[in-house]
Amino acid sequence: MQYSLLINGAPTSVDADPDTPLLWILRDHLNLTGTKFGCGVGQCGACTIHLDGEATRSCQWIVRDVGTRAITTIEGLSDDGSHPVQQAWLREQVPQCGYCQVGQIMSAAALLTQTPHPSDSDIDTAMAGNICRCGTYERIRRAIHRAAGGAA
Amino acid sequence: MSAHGEFTRRDFVKVVAAVGAGLTLAVYFEGCGNGGPPPPAGEFAPDAFLRLSPDGGVTVVIGRSEMGQGASTGLAMILAEELDADWARVRFVQGPASRAYYIALPTSPFPLQITGASTSIRNSWASMRQAGATARAMLVAAAASRWGVAVASCSTASGTVRNDASGEWLGYGALVAEAAALPVPKDVPLKDPKEFRIIGQRLDRLDNDAKVRGTATFGIDVRVPGMVYASVERSPVFGGQVGSVGGEAAALAVPGVLKVVRLKDRVAVVAEHYWQAVKGRRVLNISWDEGRGAAYSSAGIAAELQALLVSDQAREARKVGDAASVLAGSTSTIDAAYEAPYLAHATMEPQNCTAWVHEGKVEVWAPTQFQMGPGFLSKGGARGVAADAAGVSTSDVTINTTFLGGGFGRRLEVDYVTEAVLVAKELDRPVQVIWSREDDIQHDYYRPITAHALSAVLGTDGLPLAWRQRIATQSIIRNWTPGWVPDFAMSLAGALEHGVDTSAVEGSADLPYAVPNLLVDWRELSIPVPVGFWRSVGHSQNSFVTESFLDELAAAAGQDPVAYRRALLKDDPRMLAVLELAAVKAGWETPPPEGRARGVAVVRSFGSIVAEVAEVSVTPAGLVRVHRVTCAVDCGTPINPGLIEAQMQGGVVFGLTAALFGEITIDKGRVQQHNFYDYEMVRMAAAPVVEVHIVPSAEAPGGVGEPGVPPIAPAVANAVFALTGERMRKLPIRLVARG
Repeated sequence: MQYSLLINGAPTSVDADPDTPLLWILRDHLNLTGTKFGCGVGQCGACTIHLDGEATRSCQWIVRDVGTRAITTIEGLSDDGSHPVQQAWLREQVPQCGYCQVGQIMSAAALLTQTPHPSDSDIDTAMAGNICRCGTYERIRRAIHRAAGGAA
Repeated sequence: MSAHGEFTRRDFVKVVAAVGAGLTLAVYFEGCGNGGPPPPAGEFAPDAFLRLSPDGGVTVVIGRSEMGQGASTGLAMILAEELDADWARVRFVQGPASRAYYIALPTSPFPLQITGASTSIRNSWASMRQAGATARAMLVAAAASRWGVAVASCSTASGTVRNDASGEWLGYGALVAEAAALPVPKDVPLKDPKEFRIIGQRLDRLDNDAKVRGTATFGIDVRVPGMVYASVERSPVFGGQVGSVGGEAAALAVPGVLKVVRLKDRVAVVAEHYWQAVKGRRVLNISWDEGRGAAYSSAGIAAELQALLVSDQAREARKVGDAASVLAGSTSTIDAAYEAPYLAHATMEPQNCTAWVHEGKVEVWAPTQFQMGPGFLSKGGARGVAADAAGVSTSDVTINTTFLGGGFGRRLEVDYVTEAVLVAKELDRPVQVIWSREDDIQHDYYRPITAHALSAVLGTDGLPLAWRQRIATQSIIRNWTPGWVPDFAMSLAGALEHGVDTSAVEGSADLPYAVPNLLVDWRELSIPVPVGFWRSVGHSQNSFVTESFLDELAAAAGQDPVAYRRALLKDDPRMLAVLELAAVKAGWETPPPEGRARGVAVVRSFGSIVAEVAEVSVTPAGLVRVHRVTCAVDCGTPINPGLIEAQMQGGVVFGLTAALFGEITIDKGRVQQHNFYDYEMVRMAAAPVVEVHIVPSAEAPGGVGEPGVPPIAPAVANAVFALTGERMRKLPIRLVARG
């Protein structure tokens, strides 16, 4: 089936089976490999993207259901790593292996859009769906506060 | 991506000639006098540690795998320090599989290209310094010759050579051609550590820009022209084999499915796109010959361990004095039984591998911790198993190491390489095999399950007079050696010490405390559950046991846990200093906040010492909350405090996940956990604040990737005891709801 998706501001055409998860549309059909596969069941957050601005697990949406919703991936968050969340991630030197970090950044960016000055409790809630096996949580928390303009 | 030459290790440093636009200063070392003349220049380029280009750019070629531990940045810093490089011009690239990158593990005399046992920095500290210093000396010589001055009147700083008499200077890039033509100096002196200006600095990682942009290439991100995908159904029972395969026609009818590949113990479905392969796999109907693995379930395994603990099948791992007599002669022994479960690694990037078998050659792209080694150890790593699987010589195999989305020891195994090559052999296109999370959790090489029986007798001073620990567990190292290798040969190879797998008893056999009568033995459980190295290996369980039992003895003696350890460590100043630092920074002498208690543990592992003080509370539902962890670490000369801090923080979270949640159980040879919903991880809200304090040191560097893990489980368990009076002798920690 042919689908027309709005990805990072650009209409994008893709030929795929209707039940293909959006995650694999991005990674495999469109070669947008910044979005990661971690669990396939919406438990780890590695595949987090924005769907109409909301943090969404791309493994939980099949392509048929996406429709005209605006999709933002890490490749569209900024084209040069200049998004305030990415910059805060660098300042705090968050990543270790780095595999989960794109999903973490996408969740954090969506949080800050909705809640520009999140409390620790807001962060706990918004980031609860993102696992980091390297254990970078403390630096993630600091980076979110930094991106929010508060003391890190 | 051409095959690259190999060369043997030499004890001298040699510069070889130009390649392409830049000139390459290649540095290598000789081992046992078996080195021949270096091969022609062109073949050296990929195997060098350092490339200096005419524009002044410095590229450090890293032979270790980057799995988050930061070795690529740390190794580049060490070389750049002695080179006096401009850090802003330093980058790194991943090296190929080559003997040039062999290191010797502490437990084995046989060198390997491997990333494990927290050796990346400590095993390359001397060689990377020498490489940088030698290159610097040659650049200085080139500049001195150009200026017609003595070498002694030149100095270097930040990528330039200065003529101290005239004030003239030249960038390294301008000197590359002349430097490469010079003879290679031997025994170039290294810097006085007081002159270090890069080592010891909290510098940013070199890989983080790519990681926050999403452009870092992990194994699963590899894209090769013409590549197809595979999803593989493996025997659900350990050691089982494919009986019959039904549904093959249905699988082939799924749009995009290209082939069903039947192997001895697994069936692969190959398709144009990954999701098509998954769909094809789902319609297969495979019956399995389950084999003897189906006879094993968790309850039976636990019973077998208990039987071993009271059997006479013990191999002595450590004996000091005569603990048996002291215990037999006492009427007041303190006895305790401890247990720790199987654990999966659960790297965030599920196992995967891309392979292309064509024209008698094999090319592999893999996130692996083990590129190559001698054929009798785990079949020679990724390169060896790829050659084996394809039926070609190892010289026809190219291994490309990607970034690793976590390693933790899982990727020391190379089963995913064997599998991908066996599948790719059946196709004329490159194939990427991607494991689902369920595949990853159910087909791991697990941290071994263990059971322990401990007994001690206290002296009149309350300190242990005798200590006996019996350890029952599987052997990891046997997985790495063919079954025909007898124990005495494994002992010669360093894999076994007097018949004891050192990884099974580490942390216990080398108990750091001064106990006059000590006996530690090992009882081997031989069952077909695959086991492997799991971040901090034997220390991860044994330190839980020893540091908890020591806490029991302190309580029995009515002594403070820190004071008790202090008394037993009085002849070990480094351990003592780390313990004291953690205690002071944690405010051990001051009462914890209402409703909380503290526990302590201190562990020496992988060449470093880490003490952790955990501050915990317990909810009415019986859930343990760890609020704050104070960590002190002595890892010798600190290379990059930011990286050390990150490894301690990460080690605490990794160990805490195991302490609070981790348990793999087995039913009829099948792993019962599936995904993160039933194999839980610590998440943001449960992650404690971890304060890291680094002991200043000029000693040789120790490891940092693993040593942060072992102390956290006992520190938390000891804090739970301090709070509730309940001793946690079985992992994961489980408390009943409190009234």
